[in-house]
Amino acid sequence: MEALFAVTLGVLTACGVYLLLRARVFPVVMGLTLISYAVNLFLFGMGRLNSGMPAVLGKTGEYADPVPQALVLTAIVIGFAMTAFVVVLSLRALGEVKSDHVDGEEPRE
Amino acid sequence: MKHALILPILLPMFTGALLLAAARMPLGLRRGVSLGATWLLLPLSILLLAQASDGQLRLYALGGWQPPFGIVLLLDRLSALMLLVTAVLAGFVALYACRGDDERGSDFHALLQFQLMGINGAFLTGDLFNLFVFFEILLIASYCLLLHGGGAQRVRAGMHYVLLNLLGSSFFLLGVGTLYGLTGTLNMADLALRIGQAAPSETPLLAAAGFLLLVVFALKAAVLPLYFWLPRAYASATAPVAALFAIMTKVGLYAILRVFTLLYGSEAGELANLARDWLWPLALLTVIGGALGALGARTLQMLLGYLMILSVGTLLAGIALGSPASIAALLYYLIHSTWISAGLFLLADLIARQRGEQAGALTAGPALQQPLLLGGMFFVGAIAIAGLPPFSGFIGKLLLLRAAPMGYPTLLLWTVLLTGGLCALVALSRAGSTLFWRASGQPSVTVEHDPLRLIASSGLLLGAPLLVLAGGPLQAYLQATAEQLLDLAPYLRIVGGGA
Repeated sequence: MEALFAVTLGVLTACGVYLLLRARVFPVVMGLTLISYAVNLFLFGMGRLNSGMPAVLGKTGEYADPVPQALVLTAIVIGFAMTAFVVVLSLRALGEVKSDHVDGEEPRE
Repeated sequence: MKHALILPILLPMFTGALLLAAARMPLGLRRGVSLGATWLLLPLSILLLAQASDGQLRLYALGGWQPPFGIVLLLDRLSALMLLVTAVLAGFVALYACRGDDERGSDFHALLQFQLMGINGAFLTGDLFNLFVFFEILLIASYCLLLHGGGAQRVRAGMHYVLLNLLGSSFFLLGVGTLYGLTGTLNMADLALRIGQAAPSETPLLAAAGFLLLVVFALKAAVLPLYFWLPRAYASATAPVAALFAIMTKVGLYAILRVFTLLYGSEAGELANLARDWLWPLALLTVIGGALGALGARTLQMLLGYLMILSVGTLLAGIALGSPASIAALLYYLIHSTWISAGLFLLADLIARQRGEQAGALTAGPALQQPLLLGGMFFVGAIAIAGLPPFSGFIGKLLLLRAAPMGYPTLLLWTVLLTGGLCALVALSRAGSTLFWRASGQPSVTVEHDPLRLIASSGLLLGAPLLVLAGGPLQAYLQATAEQLLDLAPYLRIVGGGA
């Protein structure tokens, strides 16, 4: 399971970085979203990957760590707010600057 | 008075929420509420400073959960000092904004309050994930403030700022996640303990997490390879926002100072003083970058933006040296550079208003309406920020230069800092002579004289002589702050039995 998880994170991050470097607002927003998915999964994985474990201390030797889940929840909420903001900003940039390049102007060829 | 510790976070939070809910209230009333709440932070932070100056660490366990299990707020001399610096700055910024800049868009005052909540929270928290949350609060408020007033120029500069910081947040989470995965805690004091006891097999990962955090904080603080967003963003923001942002780079520096003295400080075993070797060249290169940028700047606001970078480099050199004397010196310089550059940003706006179309462009233009008054203020501010006697910049730089140990660091630091100061001086005198002396003819526009705007700007600039006059007691406090920061034993006792 760990290997699959790691590969998933790697693919998500790689796609995110690739999209981020396209330097057009829509791919960039998609790229940031993919990266934040990867980061959320990473945080989740930091509580160790296991299934069917009780979230209560003392019942068994092993337990599911609740802290990363709380952290992920916080990170997801913040991530949503930030994505919403950056989408609105991109639309506004498109309206005001008339370009979807992140520099606000078309690159010189 | 136990609860006074959390008030610098709660007060702006509730004021901001009230201002959002009551957005239909008359503007005058909203201004009054916002101004009142902002100035109330000043007595509050003085009270906290008085509490902290006895050298005890004060903890506030949220919900009564004792560390390391719950989130704690931590008040020491450093955080009390940062709160005070913020409160003074915010008071004058709010005053300036009330004279018209808050009408350019909606909800300026609510955003200002949320920004203050994030900044105060970042200074007070003793929990790494909580630091992330407060960073996000201050960032999202700063995105909105930066874009406040709209316009293509702001959107263009804001885009870089927003995207870079969103990526920075991901890095922050990766760093925090790695630390949690390895140590199982997020409390800074507990983290410091566990990093010190870490098994040798874990140290490379812990170091990687530390460097990830360094990248994030360096982005916020605008250290060399990561500062290119700053000048344009600051130059395009409205004047009160640019002035308020003078504290934003300092939040990043504060985080570097906190994390790399406590978590990766002297008690971190193999990882002790992890970042020091990196901070040193970065600091000097940042000074050089800021100085070159200042020489090439074409508008007054850009020039001030690059001077901000120059001061970030200077402050970082203080962190890199890492002795009590250098940390005390850097804190002195931090107070000075926050207030003076904020005052200069406000002054630049006053000057730009009287130049009509030319605004802040450094080209010959029409005469100003109040050349003597504004020129005098610019002169004081320029001398202070360039680091010439008799004002605070000189004392700050002198303390820092004296704190450098003998040998090659001294040689490098003296050369770079003094050359940087010279470049700043050249850039400022060129700007000043263009603005005030190469002016011809009659004033092109008539602007109403606004004494309150002048008071806001000169109030901050007045820090230059006041910091010199109060130099003795201030220096004693800062020396004690630096010693408290470097003596980790009380911090480590937080976990398992209170401070």
